[in-house]
Amino acid sequence: MLNYIAYRLLLTIPTLLGAAVITFFLLRVIPGDVVAVKLTGDGAIVSQAVIDAERARLGLDKALIYQFSDWMLGLLQFDMGRSMWTGRPVIVEISQRFWTTFQVALMSTAIGVLIAVPLGTLSALKRGGAIDYATRIFTMAGLSVPGFWVGMLILIWLLQSYGWQPPITTIPFISDPAGNLSQLIWPALAVGYRFSAVLARIIRSTVLEVLGEDYIRTARAKGLVPRIIIGRHALRNALLPAITVIGLEFAFLFGGLVVTEQVFNLNGLGKLFVQAVANRDFIMIQGMVMLFAVIYIFANLVVDLLYAVFDPRIRYGTAEA
Amino acid sequence: MLNFSGRELKPHSPHVVETEGVAKPLLSVRNLEVEFRTSRGLVRAVRDVNFDVAPGEIIALVGESGSGKSVSALSVMGLLPKANSEVRGSIMFDGRNLLSLNEHEMRTIRGRQISMIFQEPMTSLNPVLTIGLQIIEPLQTHLGLTTAEAEARAVELISLVGIPDPESRLNSYPHQFSGGMRQRVMIAIGLACNPKLIIADEPTTALDVTIQAQILELMRDLTRKLGISLIIITHNLGIVARYADRVFVMYAGRLVEEGNISPIFETPRHPYTMGLLLSVPRLDQGARSRLNAIEGLPPDPSKEIAGCPFADRCPFRIEICSQPPQLEFTDVGTRAACFRSDEIAEGKLKWRSPQGGGEVVSLPKAPTALVELQQLSKSYWVKKGGIFGRIGEVRAVADLDLQIQAGETLGLVGESGCGKTTVGRLLLAIDKPTRGSIRFDGQDIYQLNKADFARYRHDVQVIFQDPYSSLNPRMTVAQMVEEPMIAHRTERSREARQDRVRSLLDQVGLRPEIAERYPHQLSGGQRQRVGIARALALNPRFIVCDEAVSALDVSIQGQVINLLIDLQKQFNLTYLFIAHDLAVVRHISTRVAVMYLGRLMELASRDELYENPLHPYTRLLLDAAPVPDPELERQRPVRVAQGEIPSPLNPPQGCVFSTRCPLASAECKAQVPQPREVRPGHYVACIKV
Repeated sequence: MLNYIAYRLLLTIPTLLGAAVITFFLLRVIPGDVVAVKLTGDGAIVSQAVIDAERARLGLDKALIYQFSDWMLGLLQFDMGRSMWTGRPVIVEISQRFWTTFQVALMSTAIGVLIAVPLGTLSALKRGGAIDYATRIFTMAGLSVPGFWVGMLILIWLLQSYGWQPPITTIPFISDPAGNLSQLIWPALAVGYRFSAVLARIIRSTVLEVLGEDYIRTARAKGLVPRIIIGRHALRNALLPAITVIGLEFAFLFGGLVVTEQVFNLNGLGKLFVQAVANRDFIMIQGMVMLFAVIYIFANLVVDLLYAVFDPRIRYGTAEA
Repeated sequence: MLNFSGRELKPHSPHVVETEGVAKPLLSVRNLEVEFRTSRGLVRAVRDVNFDVAPGEIIALVGESGSGKSVSALSVMGLLPKANSEVRGSIMFDGRNLLSLNEHEMRTIRGRQISMIFQEPMTSLNPVLTIGLQIIEPLQTHLGLTTAEAEARAVELISLVGIPDPESRLNSYPHQFSGGMRQRVMIAIGLACNPKLIIADEPTTALDVTIQAQILELMRDLTRKLGISLIIITHNLGIVARYADRVFVMYAGRLVEEGNISPIFETPRHPYTMGLLLSVPRLDQGARSRLNAIEGLPPDPSKEIAGCPFADRCPFRIEICSQPPQLEFTDVGTRAACFRSDEIAEGKLKWRSPQGGGEVVSLPKAPTALVELQQLSKSYWVKKGGIFGRIGEVRAVADLDLQIQAGETLGLVGESGCGKTTVGRLLLAIDKPTRGSIRFDGQDIYQLNKADFARYRHDVQVIFQDPYSSLNPRMTVAQMVEEPMIAHRTERSREARQDRVRSLLDQVGLRPEIAERYPHQLSGGQRQRVGIARALALNPRFIVCDEAVSALDVSIQGQVINLLIDLQKQFNLTYLFIAHDLAVVRHISTRVAVMYLGRLMELASRDELYENPLHPYTRLLLDAAPVPDPELERQRPVRVAQGEIPSPLNPPQGCVFSTRCPLASAECKAQVPQPREVRPGHYVACIKV
C-alpha cells in the first residue's frame, strides 16, 4: 500500500515537469508581456528606457532558458516567485484566495452528490416513468444552462425577495460560520446544480447497468427486500464509477469557478487566474497552473485509493494462489 | 378430433404422468404460458408446459437455447421482468398457486422454500460483498437469525458444501474463489434456509469437467440427504443420464417428450429426441463415422407456428404435422408429442444413417510433420494481488514437444489454465514464445524473412470459439470474408473477391444473400460458418480451431463438425482442434494430446487414447464426463477428481498433477516427468505408468 503511494508520488515528478515546460513556453508565445500591459496598456507613451528598465527588473530581458531555470530552481525550493504585477509572493496571493475556492468546491461537490445519488438511482429504478422524465429535464437543464446564468437568477431572486446582496468581502468560516455559509451556499448551489446534473446521468446509467447483473438476480432469488437489493447490492457497485467523476469534477472546480466567482463577487482562485492572464503575469499563471496540476494529480490518487477501499477486487487482486 | 392412429385427441387437456406411488407433487406446473413483449412483437417463449416434481425427486428440463427451459424455471421463481412479460397457467407449490401471490408473498417463498442456482458462478455473486454476508442474508431475512446465529449457520453451510477452512472464508470475497468454489458458495446460499426445492439452471456449464462432476455429485448427495427436490436445467444429455430421475425435453417453448430417463434415452419416441441423441458426440463411441446433424434451425420464437414446431426439421414430416400434436402416452410409458410415435415404436421410422464420406481422416502411412513444436514455453507476468501486488510468473506452456502431421487433426484437450489456448496463440504468431521454437514446413517461423513470414500468416488461419464476439458487428459478412484477401492481396479485383466470397459461402453451406447481412442478423451456427469461410478465404494449409463448436447447441454442433471434416478432405487441411469437450475431440481427431497446467500429459492416436488411457489425469477426465446413456452411467463407477486445479501462478513441484493424482507418491514431487513412448505412438508423462 505505502509502496504503491510512493510509486504514484514518484510518477507525479515527470507529470509536473511536463506541465511546467509546456506552460512556461506556451506563455512566451503570447504577444506582449506584463510590462507592456502595466506601462503602455492604456495607451500611455512611455520611453523605451523605462520599459527596458522595468523588463530588466523583472528578469524578462534574460534568455528564455535562464528565465526557465530560475523559475525551476525556485520551485525546487518551494519558492513560486513573486507576482510580476503586484510584486507580492505568488504563494501569498494564492493562499489568500485558496480557502474560499476550496470551500465552494467542496460544498458544490457535496450538494452535487446529495442530489445526484438519489435522483440518478430513482430515475434508473423508475426507468421510463414520470420521475425518470422529470430527472431527464432537470439534468438536461443543468448541463445546458450556463452556471453564471443560474448564479444570476439566484442573485436576482435573493435581491428581489429578501433584498440580500453579496457582501464585499469574504467572511472567514472560523470567525463567523453562519455568515460564511450563508454567503457561500449560493455560489455552491449554482455550481452544485451543474455538478448534480453530470453525476445523476452517470449514476442513472451505472445503476441501470448493475441492475441487469447476475448478482442482482441472485439477490432477488434469495428473497431479499428491495431496500437491501438496491442499497447493499446495487449501489455499492454502481457508485464505483461515479467516484472517478466526482474526483475529477472536484479538481476541475479549483480553476473552473471563474465566472461564478465574478457573479457572486468572491475573491477566489478563478478570479485571480483571470486577472493574471489579463495582466500577462507570467509567474503568477505558471504558479497557478502548477497548483492546478498538483490538485488534479492528488484528486486522481485519492480516487484510486478510494476505489481500493470500496472494491475488494482491487484491494486483494484477482488471482489468489 | 382423431389423429391418424385413431386415438382421440383432447386439445389443451393437461394430463401429466402421475409420479408413482404416494405423495402428491411438491410442485405442479399446469398450462404454463409465458409471453414477452419485445420490439419484434409478441414472443411466446413457453407454451402449455405441464410438469410435476415429487418431494425428493430430481427432474431435468433439457433443451437447446431458446427452448424455454430457463424461462419456465424463472417463472416458477417469479423472477421474470414484470414490465414486459406475462405468465399464465398455474404453478402449484405446496398447496399454493405461486402465480396468484403478490410480490411480498413471493419473497417469502424465494430463498426460503425454493432456491435457485445459476449458470455463471463468476458473475452470480456480488463482487464487493463478503461470502459470509451473502450466505447470511437469506438467513436473516427469512429466519430472523441474529448475526452471530447466522454466522454459525454459515460456517456449517460452507463446510457442508466442501469448502475447507470455513471460518476464515466468511470474510473472503468472491474473486478470491475459483469458479467451482463460487458455485459451492451458491449451493450453500441455496441450502441456507432448508428449502423444499432447488432449481439449478445450467449449474456446471461454465465449469471444467472435473469440477462439474464434483459440483453435480455434491448437489445430488445433499439434496438426497436433505430430502430436497431438484430441477436441473441443462443442455447436456450426459448430465441428465447420470443424475436425473425423470426428464422433460423442450423444443421451441413446448414439451415434446417426457418420462423416466431409461426409456427416454433407450427408446425415444419423438423425432427431436431421437435426433438429439444421435447428434451428441459420444465419449464412449468413436468408430461412428459421422454425426447425425439435425438440419435447419429452431423456429423464430416471434413467429406463430400452427402445427408441430419441429416439423420443419423433421425427416418424418407428413401432412398432419401442420396440426399441433399433443403429448400422448407411448408404448414405453413415456409421453411424446408426435403423431407418428406409434410408427417410431414399431421401428418403421429411423433417422437415415449419415451419408458416407464422414470417416475422420486417418494418419498417412509415412506421416510428415507440418508443424513441430520444440521445447515450446510461454510465460506471462501478472500482478499477484491487486494494484499493490508483486509480479508473478505464469508458465502458460512449459517445454512442449509436439508434432502435427500434414493432413491430420490433432485434438488438444485440457481444463482451464492448461495452456491449450496459449499453444494456439503461439502457433498463430499472436504471441511470441518465451523459449523454444515453432517449425512450419521444417522452418523456424521466427527466422523467416518478411515475405516468408507473411506467407506463414497466409497459410495458418484460425476459427474462434465465440461466434458472437469474434465477428465485427459493423461489418457485413461479405466484408469480413473479403478482408483477408485484401490484406494479403490475393484477389486484386473487386469482382474476383466477390466471386470468391460467393463460392466460400457456398462451401460452408450459406446462401449467397447472407453476404450482405450483419452478424446480429445471423444465428450462432451461421456465424460460425462465416468464421469458417473467413478462415478458408486464403486457401490455408493449417487451421487452429480454438473451441470452434463449444458455444453452439448440440444439433448445430453436429452440422459444424461435419462441415469441418468435409472441408478438411476437400482442401487437404491440417487442424489443431482445441477443446475442453472430450467427446467432441474424440469425434473429430486423428490423434489427441492432453494438457494440464501447461504441460503435456498424454499423446496418442484417438482410439488408443480413449480406449486405453494410461495417464491418471486422462482417466479422471474421461470418468468425470457423463455419457448420455443411463444404463452405462449406472454401471460406471464415478471417480471424482479431488481438489481444485492449482493456480498456474503457483504450480505444484515435480509432476503438476501430483496434488490431485490418486497414484501420487513422494517421488512424483521430486521431478517433472517427461513424456515417454510407452507404446508405439503413445506418449505418457507419468512415472507410475
